[in-house]
Amino acid sequence: MSDTHAETVAFVRDTMLPPEPPPVTEIGAVRWVRENLFSGWLNVLLTLGAVYVIVWLLAHIGPWLLNSVWNAGSLAECRQILDGATGACFAVIRDRGQQLLYGFYPANLYWRPNLALLLMVVALAPLLFPRVPRRVLWFSAVYPAVAYWLLWGGSVWFPVSVLLGFPAGYLAWRVMRPAGAILSGIVAVLVPLLWWAVVAGPLAGLLQSIVPLGLRPVRSDQFGGFMLSIIIGVTGIALSLPLGIVLALGRRSDMFLIKTLSVGFIEFIRGVPLITLLFTASLLLNYFLPPGTNFDIILRVIIMVTLFAAAYMAEVIRGGLAALPRGQYEAADALGLDYWKAQRLVIMPQALKVSIPGIVNTFIGLFKDTTLVVFIGLLDPIGLSNSIRADTNWNGIYWELFIFIGLLFFIFCFGMSRYSQHLERRLKTDHH
Amino acid sequence: MNNVQTSAVVDDANPVAIQIRAMNKWYGSFHVLRDIDMTVHRGERIVICGPSGSGKSTLIRCINRLEEHQSGQIIVDGTELTSDLKNIDKVRSEVGMVFQHFNLFPHLTILENCTLAPIWVRKVPRREAEEIAMHFLEKVRIPEQANKYPGQLSGGQQQRVAIARALCMRPRIMLFDEPTSALDPEMIKEVLDTMIELARDGMTMICVTHEMGFARQVANRVIFMDQGQIVEQNAPEEFFARPRSERTRLFLSQILGH
Ligand SMILES: Nc1ncnc2c1ncn2[C@@H]1O[C@H](COP(=O)(O)OP(=O)(O)O)[C@@H](O)[C@H]1O
Ligand SMILES: [Mg+2]
Repeated sequence: MSDTHAETVAFVRDTMLPPEPPPVTEIGAVRWVRENLFSGWLNVLLTLGAVYVIVWLLAHIGPWLLNSVWNAGSLAECRQILDGATGACFAVIRDRGQQLLYGFYPANLYWRPNLALLLMVVALAPLLFPRVPRRVLWFSAVYPAVAYWLLWGGSVWFPVSVLLGFPAGYLAWRVMRPAGAILSGIVAVLVPLLWWAVVAGPLAGLLQSIVPLGLRPVRSDQFGGFMLSIIIGVTGIALSLPLGIVLALGRRSDMFLIKTLSVGFIEFIRGVPLITLLFTASLLLNYFLPPGTNFDIILRVIIMVTLFAAAYMAEVIRGGLAALPRGQYEAADALGLDYWKAQRLVIMPQALKVSIPGIVNTFIGLFKDTTLVVFIGLLDPIGLSNSIRADTNWNGIYWELFIFIGLLFFIFCFGMSRYSQHLERRLKTDHH
Repeated sequence: MNNVQTSAVVDDANPVAIQIRAMNKWYGSFHVLRDIDMTVHRGERIVICGPSGSGKSTLIRCINRLEEHQSGQIIVDGTELTSDLKNIDKVRSEVGMVFQHFNLFPHLTILENCTLAPIWVRKVPRREAEEIAMHFLEKVRIPEQANKYPGQLSGGQQQRVAIARALCMRPRIMLFDEPTSALDPEMIKEVLDTMIELARDGMTMICVTHEMGFARQVANRVIFMDQGQIVEQNAPEEFFARPRSERTRLFLSQILGH
């Protein structure tokens, strides 16, 4: 064969070289590093600077974390164990962690907030994930009463008779419906209010005297720790969204009175620091309420936090409403949908969808703002950290406590943030 | 071109579907519609044309009260449009509308777009509403897209869905506001074909459009508007062959490119 080659052409390769792997500078990690970290002199400089900072941080924090002491009764004991070396004293978390989580809630009743938290996950599931059966929504609807009963204890008939206000209102509405939308609407609001003011209390007492059934009551001043943050935060979140929607609609309403009230409320609340509202809740309300009324401090704080977040929520949602093209309203009108149906089926789903980042932003802000209740004497994690440091055993400890508290908040806030990103992806309907 | 008038005999003996009398409308101090008088009989197909800004959209939007008129009367199928919300709802559920920019609901699938109003306004059971929707989606020839979202469809497809969505309410009257003017040229025909078919079925239609071929083929009457007034109206052959006013002639020469 090679003979014929020699006669016709000077050189023809008759064996192929095996393929070589690409040069090491063109593959995988090496290539990535070159392209992303060292692609220009500015890039090189930034990379080196960042590496320096990271190394410096690790050199200082690393030993501190690695040497942590987890078993000790006091800061002094920690120092003794460390014997001069730098090291964290996480023994404080071991010693006081339960308090940071539950405040002064009776230790033998911890199962109640734990169960309430677990049931909260169940109640939230159908709201957060469409694949959960819709029937679970019934549980979500009664969950607030269940949680209240578990946390505060007392007669089971109290939350039950409060809950009965809703079917009472619905029934009244059904009965009055032939009399027109406005009248039946008014009745549907008035009947539950009357029920709660007049009927619910005596009814609960009566039922309790017939069938005594209850949990050991726990007073509000025993509540504290991260549990308190979750109670205030979650209730505030759950209430501020619907209230924010109503305020946003009110602000865009054609009706002068409703519009003025909404604008006035939103601007007032946004113009005032949350802490002043909390002080109002804790101090001033005592002057205005009739003497002898026992208006729970946690409830007062929840109301203030909710109102505060609702004002921000309203503005976020108003932005979402403004982003909708007029054509959406017109199409809904042209199809004969009335105002509320158009809002519920066409406008709000879209407005809320574009507002998701802002809404979650407000949620996260609200959740972290719950730490402000420390200033009115409630023992949230920050408040407890102060009292822990006032204890002679742990006097002088800072970082370990705040790292722990920070971590708790981070887990929740990061969770919300991730969920919102998931939701945005799920609701994306253009160009799959 | 085949004229579709043969399939549905229309004359003035048919009952009146829309009656507009001495209607005026202002936007603030701007007088958009002046002394509009117009009668539409059941089964009639009317094309409205005229220069941009002449009030064509405003006129047909008054017919389902997307815009409010300030004087005169509008009576749709025996119901006068006043500020009475009941009357407005009644008229809107009988009058379908198709917009220039489709205005489909982007968060709902095509099927859901079509079943929304029947379920919530007409109280049709979901199963039945879905059957009706599929029927009309087949009629506009896109049943296979039923479970997609509007954002995944072409403009022409979206406009056909918008027509199906309006038809699902079983309207007696259909209003079209420049249904093809936001479409790429190759999609105009599919939408016009759908509308021609609708006309063949005897639907009462008012259509704002500059598609003069469509007007010739489908309309019983062409109305020319300018500066908020109805300048002239006539059967399409007459209208195109012998426009009476100077303004009409000028408009036609511009639009037909003579
Ligand atoms: N909401 C509005 N407010 C004030 N002026 C308007 C409004 N809508 C339309 N107009 C004006 O009314 C006139 C008629 O508009 P339109 O009915 O949309 O015209 P066409 O559809 O014939 O192009 C135009 O001059 C337009 O600028
Ligand atoms: Mg127009």
